[in-house]
Amino acid sequence: MSAGSARTGLSLLSPAFLVMAATLLAPVVALVVMSFWTQSGFEIDRTFTLDNYARLGEPGEGVVWYGIRFPFAYPVPAVLMVKSLAMSLMATICVIGVAWPMAYFLAFRVTRYKAMWIILLTIPFWTSYLLRVFSWKIVLGFNGAINSGLQWLGLIREPLEFLLYNPIAVMITLAHSWIAFSVLPIYVSLEKIDRSLLEAASDLGDSKWARFRRITLPLSMPGTIAATLLIFIPTVGDYVTPTLVGGPGGTMVGSLVQQLFLKQNDAPMGAAISIVMMLIIAALVGLFLWAIGYGRMRKRIG
Amino acid sequence: MTKRFDLLFVYAVFFVLFLYGPMLLMPLFSLNDGNFATFPLKGFTLRHYGEMAANTSMMTALKNSLIVGICVSITSTALALPAALALTRYRVPGGGAILSFMMLPLVVPSIVLAVGLLVVILRILGLPLSLWTVAAGHLMLCIPFGMTVLMSRLEGFDKSLEEASRDLGAGGWSTFRRVTLPLAAPGVISSLLLCFIISFDEFVISFFLTGTDSTLPVFLFSQLRFPNKLPGTLALGSLILVGSAVLVILAEIVRKRGVASDNPGDL
Repeated sequence: MSAGSARTGLSLLSPAFLVMAATLLAPVVALVVMSFWTQSGFEIDRTFTLDNYARLGEPGEGVVWYGIRFPFAYPVPAVLMVKSLAMSLMATICVIGVAWPMAYFLAFRVTRYKAMWIILLTIPFWTSYLLRVFSWKIVLGFNGAINSGLQWLGLIREPLEFLLYNPIAVMITLAHSWIAFSVLPIYVSLEKIDRSLLEAASDLGDSKWARFRRITLPLSMPGTIAATLLIFIPTVGDYVTPTLVGGPGGTMVGSLVQQLFLKQNDAPMGAAISIVMMLIIAALVGLFLWAIGYGRMRKRIG
Repeated sequence: MTKRFDLLFVYAVFFVLFLYGPMLLMPLFSLNDGNFATFPLKGFTLRHYGEMAANTSMMTALKNSLIVGICVSITSTALALPAALALTRYRVPGGGAILSFMMLPLVVPSIVLAVGLLVVILRILGLPLSLWTVAAGHLMLCIPFGMTVLMSRLEGFDKSLEEASRDLGAGGWSTFRRVTLPLAAPGVISSLLLCFIISFDEFVISFFLTGTDSTLPVFLFSQLRFPNKLPGTLALGSLILVGSAVLVILAEIVRKRGVASDNPGDL
Protein backbone atom coordinates (compact mmCIF):
# COMPACT_ATOMS: atom_id res chain seq x y z
CA MET A 1 0.00 0.00 0.00
CA SER A 2 1.06 3.59 -0.56
CA ALA A 3 2.76 5.87 1.95
CA GLY A 4 -0.43 7.93 2.03
CA SER A 5 -2.47 5.04 3.35
CA ALA A 6 0.13 4.36 6.05
CA ARG A 7 -0.17 8.00 7.07
CA THR A 8 -3.98 7.80 7.18
CA GLY A 9 -3.67 4.64 9.25
CA LEU A 10 -1.33 6.30 11.72
CA SER A 11 -3.55 9.35 12.07
CA LEU A 12 -6.55 7.10 12.74
CA LEU A 13 -4.60 5.13 15.32
CA SER A 14 -2.94 8.06 17.08
CA PRO A 15 -5.84 9.39 19.23
CA ALA A 16 -6.34 6.03 20.93
CA PHE A 17 -2.59 5.49 21.13
CA LEU A 18 -2.00 8.90 22.75
CA VAL A 19 -4.68 8.24 25.37
CA MET A 20 -3.11 4.86 26.12
CA ALA A 21 0.36 6.43 26.30
CA ALA A 22 -0.91 9.00 28.82
CA THR A 23 -2.88 6.54 30.95
CA LEU A 24 -0.74 3.40 30.68
CA LEU A 25 2.81 4.23 29.62
CA ALA A 26 3.17 7.37 31.75
CA PRO A 27 1.99 5.60 34.94
CA VAL A 28 4.42 2.72 34.46
CA VAL A 29 7.30 5.13 33.79
CA ALA A 30 6.24 7.19 36.83
CA LEU A 31 6.25 4.06 38.98
CA VAL A 32 9.76 3.17 37.84
CA VAL A 33 10.99 6.70 38.56
CA MET A 34 9.28 6.82 41.93
CA SER A 35 10.79 3.50 42.97
CA PHE A 36 14.19 5.29 42.93
CA TRP A 37 12.99 7.97 45.34
CA THR A 38 12.55 7.64 49.08
CA GLN A 39 9.97 8.66 51.63
CA SER A 40 11.18 10.71 54.59
CA GLY A 41 8.32 11.55 56.90
CA PHE A 42 5.62 13.29 54.91
CA GLU A 43 8.00 14.45 52.19
CA ILE A 44 9.35 12.57 49.22
CA ASP A 45 13.10 12.79 48.72
CA ARG A 46 13.66 13.00 44.96
CA THR A 47 17.35 12.12 44.89
CA PHE A 48 18.07 9.03 42.83
CA THR A 49 18.81 6.05 45.03
CA LEU A 50 18.57 2.27 44.99
CA ASP A 51 17.64 2.24 48.68
CA ASN A 52 14.18 0.72 48.21
CA TYR A 53 15.53 -2.18 46.20
CA ALA A 54 18.46 -2.60 48.57
CA ARG A 55 16.03 -2.74 51.48
CA LEU A 56 14.02 -5.46 49.77
CA GLY A 57 17.15 -7.60 49.45
CA GLU A 58 18.89 -6.62 52.68
CA PRO A 59 19.91 -9.73 54.61
CA GLY A 60 18.74 -10.04 58.20
CA GLU A 61 17.30 -12.35 60.78
CA GLY A 62 14.21 -13.00 58.66
CA VAL A 63 11.29 -15.27 59.27
CA VAL A 64 10.33 -18.85 58.58
CA TRP A 65 7.12 -19.37 56.61
CA TYR A 66 5.87 -22.89 55.91
CA GLY A 67 9.36 -24.20 56.51
CA ILE A 68 10.95 -21.80 54.04
CA ARG A 69 13.48 -19.39 55.48
CA PHE A 70 13.37 -15.77 54.28
CA PRO A 71 16.67 -14.30 55.51
CA PHE A 72 15.79 -10.63 55.02
CA ALA A 73 15.75 -7.65 57.37
CA TYR A 74 12.37 -6.68 55.84
CA PRO A 75 10.96 -10.11 54.96
CA VAL A 76 7.27 -9.18 54.55
CA PRO A 77 7.40 -8.37 50.80
CA ALA A 78 9.36 -11.52 49.95
CA VAL A 79 7.02 -13.74 51.97
CA LEU A 80 3.91 -12.18 50.47
CA MET A 81 5.39 -12.38 46.98
CA VAL A 82 6.12 -16.11 47.27
CA LYS A 83 2.74 -16.67 48.89
CA SER A 84 0.92 -14.75 46.14
CA LEU A 85 2.75 -16.65 43.42
CA ALA A 86 1.98 -19.99 45.08
CA MET A 87 -1.68 -19.15 45.61
CA SER A 88 -2.16 -17.82 42.07
CA LEU A 89 -0.40 -20.85 40.66
CA MET A 90 -2.68 -23.21 42.59
CA ALA A 91 -5.77 -21.23 41.59
CA THR A 92 -4.64 -21.17 37.93
CA ILE A 93 -4.05 -24.93 37.85
CA CYS A 94 -7.47 -25.56 39.39
CA VAL A 95 -9.14 -23.17 36.96
CA ILE A 96 -7.55 -24.70 33.86
CA GLY A 97 -8.26 -28.22 35.09
CA VAL A 98 -11.92 -27.43 35.73
CA ALA A 99 -12.45 -25.22 32.67
CA TRP A 100 -10.84 -27.54 30.12
CA PRO A 101 -13.54 -30.25 30.09
CA MET A 102 -16.17 -27.52 29.92
CA ALA A 103 -14.49 -25.97 26.88
CA TYR A 104 -14.21 -29.44 25.33
CA PHE A 105 -17.89 -30.05 25.92
CA LEU A 106 -18.73 -26.72 24.31
CA ALA A 107 -16.56 -27.31 21.26
CA PHE A 108 -17.28 -30.98 20.55
CA ARG A 109 -20.57 -31.97 22.16
CA VAL A 110 -22.86 -28.97 21.95
CA THR A 111 -24.62 -28.78 18.63
CA ARG A 112 -27.90 -27.09 19.49
CA TYR A 113 -28.24 -24.01 21.71
CA LYS A 114 -24.52 -23.27 21.37
CA ALA A 115 -25.14 -19.52 21.50
CA MET A 116 -27.09 -19.99 24.73
CA TRP A 117 -24.27 -21.97 26.34
CA ILE A 118 -21.77 -19.31 25.32
CA ILE A 119 -23.88 -16.48 26.70
CA LEU A 120 -24.36 -18.48 29.91
CA LEU A 121 -20.58 -18.69 30.28
CA THR A 122 -20.02 -15.08 29.22
CA ILE A 123 -22.33 -13.39 31.73
CA PRO A 124 -20.18 -14.09 34.82
CA PHE A 125 -17.15 -12.84 32.85
CA TRP A 126 -18.73 -9.40 32.71
CA THR A 127 -20.48 -9.12 36.06
CA SER A 128 -18.86 -7.24 38.88
CA TYR A 129 -15.69 -8.90 40.16
CA LEU A 130 -16.30 -7.29 43.53
CA LEU A 131 -19.74 -8.89 43.78
CA ARG A 132 -18.47 -12.30 42.68
CA VAL A 133 -15.87 -12.19 45.44
CA PHE A 134 -18.35 -10.86 47.96
CA SER A 135 -20.75 -13.70 47.20
CA TRP A 136 -18.12 -16.12 48.58
CA LYS A 137 -18.12 -14.19 51.80
CA ILE A 138 -21.83 -14.89 51.99
CA VAL A 139 -21.22 -18.57 51.23
CA LEU A 140 -18.31 -19.19 53.60
CA GLY A 141 -18.85 -16.59 56.33
CA PHE A 142 -19.23 -17.26 60.08
CA ASN A 143 -22.89 -16.34 59.63
CA GLY A 144 -22.89 -17.50 56.04
CA ALA A 145 -24.92 -19.82 53.88
CA ILE A 146 -22.93 -23.02 54.55
CA ASN A 147 -22.75 -22.54 58.31
CA SER A 148 -26.37 -21.49 58.77
CA GLY A 149 -27.54 -24.17 56.34
CA LEU A 150 -25.68 -26.93 58.17
CA GLN A 151 -26.91 -25.65 61.54
CA TRP A 152 -30.46 -25.51 60.26
CA LEU A 153 -30.20 -29.09 59.07
CA GLY A 154 -28.83 -30.00 62.50
CA LEU A 155 -25.54 -31.34 61.16
CA ILE A 156 -23.39 -28.96 63.22
CA ARG A 157 -23.97 -27.09 66.46
CA GLU A 158 -21.43 -24.30 66.22
CA PRO A 159 -20.50 -22.44 63.04
CA LEU A 160 -17.35 -23.75 61.36
CA GLU A 161 -14.76 -21.03 61.72
CA PHE A 162 -12.19 -22.45 59.34
CA LEU A 163 -14.21 -21.75 56.20
CA LEU A 164 -13.39 -18.08 55.73
CA TYR A 165 -10.28 -15.95 56.18
CA ASN A 166 -7.57 -18.36 55.10
CA PRO A 167 -5.48 -19.12 52.00
CA ILE A 168 -7.85 -21.91 50.89
CA ALA A 169 -10.80 -19.51 50.87
CA VAL A 170 -8.71 -17.09 48.80
CA MET A 171 -7.81 -19.81 46.31
CA ILE A 172 -11.39 -21.06 45.93
CA THR A 173 -12.62 -17.52 45.43
CA LEU A 174 -9.86 -16.67 42.96
CA ALA A 175 -10.58 -19.83 41.00
CA HIS A 176 -14.30 -19.14 40.89
CA SER A 177 -13.89 -15.48 39.95
CA TRP A 178 -11.54 -16.19 37.08
CA ILE A 179 -12.96 -19.40 35.72
CA ALA A 180 -15.23 -17.58 33.30
CA PHE A 181 -12.14 -16.03 31.68
CA SER A 182 -10.57 -19.37 30.90
CA VAL A 183 -13.30 -21.38 29.16
CA LEU A 184 -13.59 -19.12 26.13
CA PRO A 185 -9.91 -19.00 25.02
CA ILE A 186 -9.65 -22.81 25.34
CA TYR A 187 -12.96 -23.22 23.54
CA VAL A 188 -11.83 -21.00 20.66
CA SER A 189 -8.70 -23.05 20.01
CA LEU A 190 -10.63 -26.34 20.28
CA GLU A 191 -13.30 -25.03 17.93
CA LYS A 192 -10.65 -24.13 15.36
CA ILE A 193 -9.33 -27.71 15.14
CA ASP A 194 -9.95 -29.10 11.68
CA ARG A 195 -12.33 -32.02 12.24
CA SER A 196 -10.88 -33.87 9.25
CA LEU A 197 -7.60 -34.23 11.19
CA LEU A 198 -9.49 -36.20 13.83
CA GLU A 199 -11.16 -38.36 11.20
CA ALA A 200 -7.82 -38.96 9.52
CA ALA A 201 -6.30 -40.08 12.82
CA SER A 202 -9.16 -42.52 13.41
CA ASP A 203 -8.98 -43.83 9.86
CA LEU A 204 -5.27 -44.41 10.26
CA GLY A 205 -5.94 -46.52 13.32
CA ASP A 206 -5.51 -44.21 16.32
CA SER A 207 -7.62 -45.09 19.33
CA LYS A 208 -9.82 -42.36 20.80
CA TRP A 209 -7.34 -41.70 23.55
CA ALA A 210 -4.32 -41.60 21.22
CA ARG A 211 -6.23 -39.25 18.94
CA PHE A 212 -6.99 -36.98 21.86
CA ARG A 213 -3.41 -37.02 23.12
CA ARG A 214 -1.78 -36.55 19.73
CA ILE A 215 -4.15 -34.07 18.04
CA THR A 216 -6.75 -32.45 20.27
CA LEU A 217 -4.50 -31.70 23.22
CA PRO A 218 -1.54 -30.25 21.28
CA LEU A 219 -3.79 -28.16 19.03
CA SER A 220 -5.64 -26.75 22.05
CA MET A 221 -2.38 -25.50 23.55
CA PRO A 222 -2.46 -21.90 22.22
CA GLY A 223 -5.82 -21.28 23.90
CA THR A 224 -4.88 -23.20 27.03
CA ILE A 225 -1.65 -21.23 27.40
CA ALA A 226 -3.46 -17.94 26.76
CA ALA A 227 -6.00 -18.83 29.44
CA THR A 228 -3.24 -19.83 31.87
CA LEU A 229 -1.47 -16.49 31.48
CA LEU A 230 -4.70 -14.49 31.44
CA ILE A 231 -5.47 -15.87 34.90
CA PHE A 232 -2.06 -16.26 36.49
CA ILE A 233 -0.74 -12.76 35.76
CA PRO A 234 -3.62 -10.66 37.12
CA THR A 235 -4.31 -12.90 40.13
CA VAL A 236 -0.77 -12.51 41.53
CA GLY A 237 -1.49 -8.84 42.14
CA ASP A 238 -5.11 -9.24 43.16
CA TYR A 239 -6.23 -7.02 45.96
CA VAL A 240 -9.99 -7.55 46.26
CA THR A 241 -10.06 -11.26 47.07
CA PRO A 242 -7.44 -11.31 49.85
CA THR A 243 -9.04 -8.23 51.40
CA LEU A 244 -12.57 -9.62 51.44
CA VAL A 245 -12.07 -13.33 52.15
CA GLY A 246 -8.40 -13.64 53.08
CA GLY A 247 -8.27 -12.21 56.60
CA PRO A 248 -4.87 -11.83 58.25
CA GLY A 249 -3.62 -15.23 57.00
CA GLY A 250 -4.68 -14.71 53.41
CA THR A 251 -3.03 -11.41 52.55
CA MET A 252 -1.20 -11.15 49.25
CA VAL A 253 1.34 -8.78 47.78
CA GLY A 254 -1.41 -6.55 46.33
CA SER A 255 -2.66 -5.85 49.85
CA LEU A 256 0.85 -4.73 50.83
CA VAL A 257 1.10 -2.37 47.86
CA GLN A 258 -2.27 -0.89 48.75
CA GLN A 259 -1.19 -0.37 52.36
CA LEU A 260 2.10 1.25 51.39
CA PHE A 261 0.36 3.70 49.07
CA LEU A 262 -2.78 4.56 51.00
CA LYS A 263 -2.09 3.81 54.66
CA GLN A 264 1.57 3.64 55.59
CA ASN A 265 2.46 6.52 53.30
CA ASP A 266 5.54 4.95 51.74
CA ALA A 267 4.65 5.22 48.06
CA PRO A 268 8.27 4.80 46.80
CA MET A 269 8.54 1.42 48.56
CA GLY A 270 5.14 0.48 47.16
CA ALA A 271 6.36 1.45 43.70
CA ALA A 272 9.52 -0.62 44.09
CA ILE A 273 7.49 -3.66 45.20
CA SER A 274 5.11 -3.22 42.22
CA ILE A 275 8.06 -3.08 39.83
CA VAL A 276 9.71 -6.14 41.36
CA MET A 277 6.39 -7.97 41.19
CA MET A 278 5.98 -7.18 37.50
CA LEU A 279 9.56 -8.22 36.74
CA ILE A 280 9.14 -11.52 38.59
CA ILE A 281 5.86 -12.23 36.79
CA ALA A 282 7.43 -11.36 33.42
CA ALA A 283 10.43 -13.59 34.15
CA LEU A 284 8.22 -16.50 35.21
CA VAL A 285 5.99 -16.13 32.15
CA GLY A 286 9.04 -15.99 29.89
CA LEU A 287 10.49 -19.07 31.59
CA PHE A 288 7.18 -20.91 31.27
CA LEU A 289 6.83 -20.13 27.56
CA TRP A 290 10.44 -21.14 26.96
CA ALA A 291 10.06 -24.36 28.92
CA ILE A 292 7.08 -25.54 26.91
CA GLY A 293 8.71 -24.49 23.64
CA TYR A 294 6.10 -21.89 22.78
CA GLY A 295 8.08 -20.36 19.92
CA ARG A 296 8.43 -23.68 18.09
CA MET A 297 4.80 -24.50 18.77
CA ARG A 298 3.59 -21.25 17.26
CA LYS A 299 5.61 -21.85 14.13
CA ARG A 300 4.17 -25.34 13.78
CA ILE A 301 0.55 -24.49 14.41
CA GLY A 302 0.72 -21.09 12.75
CA MET B 1 -26.86 -33.31 21.62
CA THR B 2 -26.76 -37.06 21.97
CA LYS B 3 -29.67 -38.73 23.68
CA ARG B 4 -27.52 -41.17 25.63
CA PHE B 5 -26.29 -40.39 29.12
CA ASP B 6 -23.37 -38.07 28.62
CA LEU B 7 -20.90 -37.62 31.46
CA LEU B 8 -19.59 -34.41 29.96
CA PHE B 9 -23.09 -32.96 29.87
CA VAL B 10 -23.52 -33.67 33.58
CA TYR B 11 -20.15 -32.07 34.16
CA ALA B 12 -21.21 -28.97 32.23
CA VAL B 13 -24.39 -28.65 34.28
CA PHE B 14 -22.40 -28.84 37.52
CA PHE B 15 -19.94 -26.32 36.11
CA VAL B 16 -22.71 -23.82 35.44
CA LEU B 17 -24.20 -24.46 38.89
CA PHE B 18 -20.80 -23.79 40.49
CA LEU B 19 -20.43 -20.66 38.37
CA TYR B 20 -23.81 -19.22 39.25
CA GLY B 21 -24.54 -20.74 42.67
CA PRO B 22 -22.67 -18.27 44.87
CA MET B 23 -23.85 -15.31 42.82
CA LEU B 24 -27.50 -16.34 42.99
CA LEU B 25 -27.37 -16.37 46.80
CA MET B 26 -27.25 -12.57 46.72
CA PRO B 27 -30.67 -12.05 45.07
CA LEU B 28 -32.05 -14.89 47.19
CA PHE B 29 -31.07 -13.31 50.50
CA SER B 30 -31.96 -9.82 49.29
CA LEU B 31 -35.61 -10.93 49.09
CA ASN B 32 -35.47 -12.70 52.45
CA ASP B 33 -37.13 -11.08 55.44
CA GLY B 34 -34.08 -11.18 57.69
CA ASN B 35 -31.09 -9.03 58.51
CA PHE B 36 -28.44 -11.70 57.93
CA ALA B 37 -27.60 -13.83 54.93
CA THR B 38 -28.52 -17.05 56.72
CA PHE B 39 -30.71 -20.09 56.30
CA PRO B 40 -33.51 -20.88 56.99
CA LEU B 41 -35.25 -18.28 54.85
CA LYS B 42 -37.82 -16.33 56.82
CA GLY B 43 -40.19 -15.05 54.16
CA PHE B 44 -40.46 -12.83 51.15
CA THR B 45 -39.97 -9.08 51.42
CA LEU B 46 -39.04 -6.12 49.27
CA ARG B 47 -38.18 -3.88 52.21
CA HIS B 48 -34.41 -4.15 51.61
CA TYR B 49 -34.95 -2.60 48.20
CA GLY B 50 -36.96 0.20 49.83
CA GLU B 51 -34.15 0.83 52.32
CA MET B 52 -31.68 0.91 49.46
CA ALA B 53 -33.69 3.46 47.49
CA ALA B 54 -33.98 5.64 50.60
CA ASN B 55 -30.20 5.68 51.05
CA THR B 56 -29.19 8.98 49.43
CA SER B 57 -25.43 8.37 49.40
CA MET B 58 -26.07 5.08 47.62
CA MET B 59 -28.18 6.84 45.01
CA THR B 60 -25.49 9.53 44.54
CA ALA B 61 -22.90 6.81 43.99
CA LEU B 62 -25.22 5.15 41.48
CA LYS B 63 -25.60 8.46 39.62
CA ASN B 64 -21.80 8.96 39.59
CA SER B 65 -21.25 5.48 38.20
CA LEU B 66 -23.85 6.00 35.49
CA ILE B 67 -22.28 9.31 34.43
CA VAL B 68 -18.74 7.90 34.37
CA GLY B 69 -19.90 4.71 32.64
CA ILE B 70 -21.77 6.49 29.87
CA CYS B 71 -18.99 9.03 29.22
CA VAL B 72 -16.28 6.36 29.26
CA SER B 73 -18.17 3.96 27.00
CA ILE B 74 -18.83 6.65 24.38
CA THR B 75 -15.30 8.08 24.50
CA SER B 76 -13.52 4.75 24.44
CA THR B 77 -15.64 3.43 21.57
CA ALA B 78 -15.08 6.67 19.64
CA LEU B 79 -11.31 6.25 20.14
CA ALA B 80 -11.28 2.50 19.53
CA LEU B 81 -13.20 2.59 16.24
CA PRO B 82 -10.64 4.60 14.21
CA ALA B 83 -7.83 2.64 15.86
CA ALA B 84 -9.48 -0.66 14.94
CA LEU B 85 -9.98 0.61 11.37
CA ALA B 86 -6.32 1.63 11.17
CA LEU B 87 -5.14 -1.81 12.30
CA THR B 88 -7.48 -3.83 10.08
CA ARG B 89 -7.60 -1.66 6.94
CA TYR B 90 -4.24 0.11 6.73
CA ARG B 91 -0.67 -1.05 6.86
CA VAL B 92 0.49 0.87 9.90
CA PRO B 93 4.25 0.70 10.52
CA GLY B 94 4.81 -1.02 13.88
CA GLY B 95 1.09 -1.80 14.10
CA GLY B 96 1.62 -5.16 15.75
CA ALA B 97 3.81 -3.69 18.49
CA ILE B 98 1.36 -0.82 19.07
CA LEU B 99 -1.51 -3.29 19.34
CA SER B 100 0.38 -5.44 21.87
CA PHE B 101 1.14 -2.33 23.93
CA MET B 102 -2.49 -1.26 23.88
CA MET B 103 -3.63 -4.71 25.02
CA LEU B 104 -1.41 -4.60 28.12
CA PRO B 105 -4.20 -3.56 30.53
CA LEU B 106 -5.76 -6.97 29.94
CA VAL B 107 -2.80 -8.71 31.58
CA VAL B 108 -1.12 -6.25 33.95
CA PRO B 109 -2.52 -6.59 37.50
CA SER B 110 -4.90 -3.69 37.91
CA ILE B 111 -3.35 -2.66 41.22
CA VAL B 112 -0.16 -1.76 39.35
CA LEU B 113 -2.12 0.31 36.83
CA ALA B 114 -4.00 1.96 39.68
CA VAL B 115 -0.99 3.01 41.75
CA GLY B 116 0.83 4.15 38.60
CA LEU B 117 -2.06 6.42 37.67
CA LEU B 118 -2.23 7.64 41.26
CA VAL B 119 1.43 8.68 41.12
CA VAL B 120 0.97 10.51 37.81
CA ILE B 121 -2.16 12.33 38.94
CA LEU B 122 -1.00 13.35 42.41
CA ARG B 123 2.77 13.79 42.01
CA ILE B 124 3.26 14.85 38.40
CA LEU B 125 0.08 16.63 37.38
CA GLY B 126 -0.85 17.72 40.91
CA LEU B 127 -4.55 17.23 40.18
CA PRO B 128 -7.13 16.45 42.86
CA LEU B 129 -8.81 13.04 42.70
CA SER B 130 -12.29 13.21 41.23
CA LEU B 131 -14.66 11.41 38.91
CA TRP B 132 -12.47 12.71 36.06
CA THR B 133 -9.47 10.76 37.32
CA VAL B 134 -11.62 7.64 37.72
CA ALA B 135 -12.85 8.11 34.15
CA ALA B 136 -9.26 8.42 32.86
CA GLY B 137 -8.41 5.09 34.47
CA HIS B 138 -11.52 3.44 33.04
CA LEU B 139 -10.74 4.79 29.59
CA MET B 140 -7.40 2.95 29.69
CA LEU B 141 -9.17 -0.30 30.64
CA CYS B 142 -11.98 0.05 28.09
CA ILE B 143 -10.05 1.02 24.95
CA PRO B 144 -8.42 -2.45 24.58
CA PHE B 145 -11.78 -4.19 25.04
CA GLY B 146 -13.47 -1.87 22.55
CA MET B 147 -10.67 -2.48 20.06
CA THR B 148 -10.89 -6.26 20.45
CA VAL B 149 -14.63 -6.24 19.81
CA LEU B 150 -14.41 -3.80 16.89
CA MET B 151 -11.41 -5.43 15.23
CA SER B 152 -13.08 -8.83 15.19
CA ARG B 153 -16.20 -7.21 13.73
CA LEU B 154 -14.24 -5.31 11.07
CA GLU B 155 -12.36 -8.46 10.10
CA GLY B 156 -15.65 -10.34 9.99
CA PHE B 157 -17.26 -8.73 6.95
CA ASP B 158 -16.36 -8.64 3.32
CA LYS B 159 -13.82 -5.93 2.50
CA SER B 160 -14.82 -5.99 -1.16
CA LEU B 161 -17.92 -3.98 -0.20
CA GLU B 162 -15.66 -1.08 0.79
CA GLU B 163 -13.54 -1.51 -2.31
CA ALA B 164 -16.70 -1.48 -4.45
CA SER B 165 -17.77 1.75 -2.79
CA ARG B 166 -14.39 3.35 -3.56
CA ASP B 167 -14.44 2.07 -7.13
CA LEU B 168 -17.85 3.65 -7.58
CA GLY B 169 -16.31 7.00 -6.67
CA ALA B 170 -17.12 7.40 -2.97
CA GLY B 171 -14.39 9.15 -0.94
CA GLY B 172 -12.82 7.71 2.22
CA TRP B 173 -15.25 9.47 4.56
CA SER B 174 -18.29 8.68 2.47
CA THR B 175 -17.29 5.01 2.26
CA PHE B 176 -16.83 4.94 6.02
CA ARG B 177 -20.19 6.57 6.72
CA ARG B 178 -22.26 4.68 4.17
CA VAL B 179 -20.59 1.25 4.06
CA THR B 180 -18.18 0.59 6.93
CA LEU B 181 -20.13 2.17 9.78
CA PRO B 182 -23.48 0.45 9.04
CA LEU B 183 -21.70 -2.90 8.71
CA ALA B 184 -19.66 -2.29 11.87
CA ALA B 185 -22.72 -1.11 13.82
CA PRO B 186 -23.26 -4.35 15.77
CA GLY B 187 -19.63 -4.16 16.90
CA VAL B 188 -20.02 -0.51 17.85
CA ILE B 189 -23.13 -1.25 19.91
CA SER B 190 -21.60 -4.21 21.71
CA SER B 191 -18.44 -2.15 22.34
CA LEU B 192 -20.57 0.63 23.87
CA LEU B 193 -22.43 -1.82 26.10
CA LEU B 194 -19.37 -3.80 27.19
CA CYS B 195 -17.29 -0.67 27.90
CA PHE B 196 -20.17 0.64 29.99
CA ILE B 197 -20.28 -2.59 32.01
CA ILE B 198 -16.51 -2.60 32.54
CA SER B 199 -16.56 0.97 33.80
CA PHE B 200 -19.71 0.46 35.89
CA ASP B 201 -18.35 -2.65 37.62
CA GLU B 202 -14.69 -1.65 37.91
CA PHE B 203 -13.44 -1.50 41.47
CA VAL B 204 -9.67 -1.50 42.01
CA ILE B 205 -8.79 1.52 39.85
CA SER B 206 -11.82 3.47 41.10
CA PHE B 207 -10.87 2.66 44.68
CA PHE B 208 -7.45 4.27 44.25
CA LEU B 209 -8.49 7.19 42.05
CA THR B 210 -11.77 8.19 43.62
CA GLY B 211 -12.01 11.51 45.42
CA THR B 212 -14.94 12.59 47.57
CA ASP B 213 -17.51 11.42 44.99
CA SER B 214 -17.37 7.66 45.02
CA THR B 215 -18.60 5.32 42.32
CA LEU B 216 -21.02 2.52 43.14
CA PRO B 217 -18.49 -0.34 43.57
CA VAL B 218 -16.35 1.85 45.86
CA PHE B 219 -19.41 2.76 47.89
CA LEU B 220 -20.44 -0.89 47.99
CA PHE B 221 -16.99 -1.88 49.25
CA SER B 222 -17.18 0.67 52.05
CA GLN B 223 -20.53 -0.85 53.09
CA LEU B 224 -19.27 -4.44 53.18
CA ARG B 225 -17.54 -3.85 56.49
CA PHE B 226 -20.76 -3.02 58.32
CA PRO B 227 -22.93 -6.06 59.09
CA ASN B 228 -26.01 -3.87 59.66
CA LYS B 229 -25.72 -2.51 56.11
CA LEU B 230 -25.82 -6.03 54.67
CA PRO B 231 -29.48 -6.16 53.52
CA GLY B 232 -29.24 -2.92 51.54
CA THR B 233 -25.92 -4.07 50.09
CA LEU B 234 -27.48 -7.36 49.00
CA ALA B 235 -30.36 -5.52 47.32
CA LEU B 236 -27.99 -3.21 45.48
CA GLY B 237 -25.66 -6.08 44.52
CA SER B 238 -28.60 -8.06 43.13
CA LEU B 239 -29.74 -5.14 41.01
CA ILE B 240 -26.20 -4.69 39.65
CA LEU B 241 -25.96 -8.40 38.82
CA VAL B 242 -29.30 -8.41 37.03
CA GLY B 243 -28.53 -5.15 35.20
CA SER B 244 -25.10 -6.38 34.02
CA ALA B 245 -26.57 -9.70 32.88
CA VAL B 246 -29.25 -7.91 30.85
CA LEU B 247 -26.65 -5.67 29.18
CA VAL B 248 -24.36 -8.61 28.36
CA ILE B 249 -27.21 -10.60 26.84
CA LEU B 250 -28.19 -7.53 24.79
CA ALA B 251 -24.61 -7.01 23.61
CA GLU B 252 -24.29 -10.67 22.63
CA ILE B 253 -27.62 -10.72 20.78
CA VAL B 254 -26.70 -7.58 18.84
CA ARG B 255 -23.34 -9.08 17.94
CA LYS B 256 -24.81 -12.46 16.93
CA ARG B 257 -27.55 -10.79 14.84
CA GLY B 258 -24.87 -8.94 12.94
CA VAL B 259 -22.91 -12.12 12.26
CA ALA B 260 -26.02 -14.05 11.25
CA SER B 261 -27.29 -11.42 8.82
CA ASP B 262 -23.94 -11.26 7.01
CA ASN B 263 -23.61 -14.99 6.54
CA PRO B 264 -27.12 -16.32 6.03
CA GLY B 265 -27.51 -19.95 6.93
CA ASP B 266 -24.38 -19.96 9.09
CA LEU B 267 -24.64 -19.46 12.83
